[in-house]
Amino acid sequence: MEDPIVRIKNMSKAFPTGESEFLALKNVNLDFGKGEFTGIVGPSGSGKTTLLNVIGSLDTPTSGEVEVLGLEVSQLSQKGSSELRSRHLGFIFQTYNLLPVYDVYENVEFPLLLLKMAPNERRKAVMDALEWVGLTDKAQSRPAQLSGGQCQRVAIARAMVKKPTLVLADEPTANLDTENSLHILDTMQKINAALSTSFIFATHDQKVINYLHRVIKLIDGKVVSDDTQTGA
Amino acid sequence: MIRFLIKGVFRDRHRYLFPLIIVSCGVLIMIFMLALINGYMDSFIRSNAGFETGHLKVVSRAYSDIIAQKPYDLSLLDIQSALDQWKKRYPQLEWTERIQLGALLDVPDATGETREQGEIIVYGIDLLKSGMERKLLNLDKALARGRIPSQPGEALVSEQALERLKLKIGDPVTLIGSDIYGSLAFHRLVISGTINFGAEALDRGALMADISDIRQMLDMPGGAAEILAFFKDGRYDQKEADRIKADFNQTFSDPRDEYSPVMLAMSDQNNMGYLMGIVHSMLGIFSFVFIVILGIVLWNSGLMNGIRRYGEFGVRLAVGESKKHIFGTLVLEAVAIGVVGSAIGILLGSLGCWYFNIHGMDVSVFTRNSTLFTQDIIYTYIPLHTALAGFIPGVLSTVLGAILAGLAVFKRQTSQLFKELEV
Repeated sequence: MEDPIVRIKNMSKAFPTGESEFLALKNVNLDFGKGEFTGIVGPSGSGKTTLLNVIGSLDTPTSGEVEVLGLEVSQLSQKGSSELRSRHLGFIFQTYNLLPVYDVYENVEFPLLLLKMAPNERRKAVMDALEWVGLTDKAQSRPAQLSGGQCQRVAIARAMVKKPTLVLADEPTANLDTENSLHILDTMQKINAALSTSFIFATHDQKVINYLHRVIKLIDGKVVSDDTQTGA
Repeated sequence: MIRFLIKGVFRDRHRYLFPLIIVSCGVLIMIFMLALINGYMDSFIRSNAGFETGHLKVVSRAYSDIIAQKPYDLSLLDIQSALDQWKKRYPQLEWTERIQLGALLDVPDATGETREQGEIIVYGIDLLKSGMERKLLNLDKALARGRIPSQPGEALVSEQALERLKLKIGDPVTLIGSDIYGSLAFHRLVISGTINFGAEALDRGALMADISDIRQMLDMPGGAAEILAFFKDGRYDQKEADRIKADFNQTFSDPRDEYSPVMLAMSDQNNMGYLMGIVHSMLGIFSFVFIVILGIVLWNSGLMNGIRRYGEFGVRLAVGESKKHIFGTLVLEAVAIGVVGSAIGILLGSLGCWYFNIHGMDVSVFTRNSTLFTQDIIYTYIPLHTALAGFIPGVLSTVLGAILAGLAVFKRQTSQLFKELEV
């Protein structure tokens, strides 16, 4: 793969469990390119979330190398990893994790405040993001007033508002019904096509898998297959 | 960003209500306690200054060496011209002359024989010329029965002494003592009224007569044992008192002449400086303990709140906020809560202080057996700058609590915080 945005080489991740340790990821070698719509699939406990955490520089590998957008994750300072997440990465969670005290507009605006964007630009970016997910009319609503599907669309808008290079989505449809799942997958697919944003999913939801261009299967921390899907 | 965060704080009841209540109540209690201590101190200073020390006092050098014995035979004599000079040089002061002595009070029966006799403390004060002593000693309020002397030869006696000596208003009495030359001295007076100061030390046995009567008795025309000076605004100012004292002693006092006048500040007398120092230390200790206790409570509240907000911290880390920034915002939130809470506490505390400043608080149950010059009613008092200083412990304790709670964010692995999102 030419110029991958994520390069993982012989990476392992262990967690201490009392006197011994649990090896969550074993000698993983993967590359992710720009504009990919990729999924890491596997049963619970297979290491999907750990892999996303390491790529998102929320965690560091125990051994091996992980390079994200040319930056070696294990060598990044606190500030460096925060900046990487702030400028280039977007996160979408299974439980949406919107800030309940803020309305939809403010939730989406939050990442831009960290980037110290000018108020006019910020307003435009937020409204654009809400338009992508079809929630401009809910800008003043609080998360508690929205359905699960709407909350997840707000979470997508929040991840996309700064136009990141890479979006990491951990089980984004796990709490949604089929109709809402398909709706948000369509939305993400459109954004992927329009902005060439790379998406990496951690999922075991067949509906998501059907949308993926590339499926990486992880079992017990090991990559057991890496297939490209056509017609997704 | 700051507006965004503050908006978040005041939209989340869990985040602001408990800390706000704690800070408000804490600051309220602190302000009130400070006002009470200040009020007590103020009453203590007023009573002692009025009855005993003045804000400043001029005596002879010899008298000052054994001032506790009240040696009126070492009084300053013929002081009028000197007093005029002092009044001119220190226009910020009001002056009054006094003589205090211990004497025997003899109560005769109808035939002129002794019916009762008892020890009494005699205060020779200016009761007839000016109204200053009436005001200083609050005589009109202290008058229990009868009237204040309106002519020479009349005296007031404390209620307790009146009862102890089985006296009645209008009874003639004889003071028995010795004059400044050591000869036996007698002086006849008529009891015109009784007084009750609510200060046990005085109420046990005091007699007040005009200074002209006492001068006559002690054979010291134009003399005074003590000349008390008071700031015209009624408040004791230690720095100004020290400045005036230094100036007076340099200008008017001669160390080689034991009968030359010497000025003493209130803090130089009756251990008042030591007592005031203790009160100031108490105020400092009280403030410190208050900050620590409130800090611990708010730390606990901050921890509980922090645990509840791990999810939020996780999201904020994922969005790209640094741990340092999250920590900073926690402190900022604490400052906002501290400021608002302190403002509420100061407002409520000041209202309470205002009420007891007008109506007073009866503390007679605590002062009944006191030998100190304290009053039974305390009027809470707090200067504006001290009230506003309530912001310091209010904000400091919330920030301290937030810092201690916020350290947990640093101690946890980023991924651990992230996991606590329960994704």
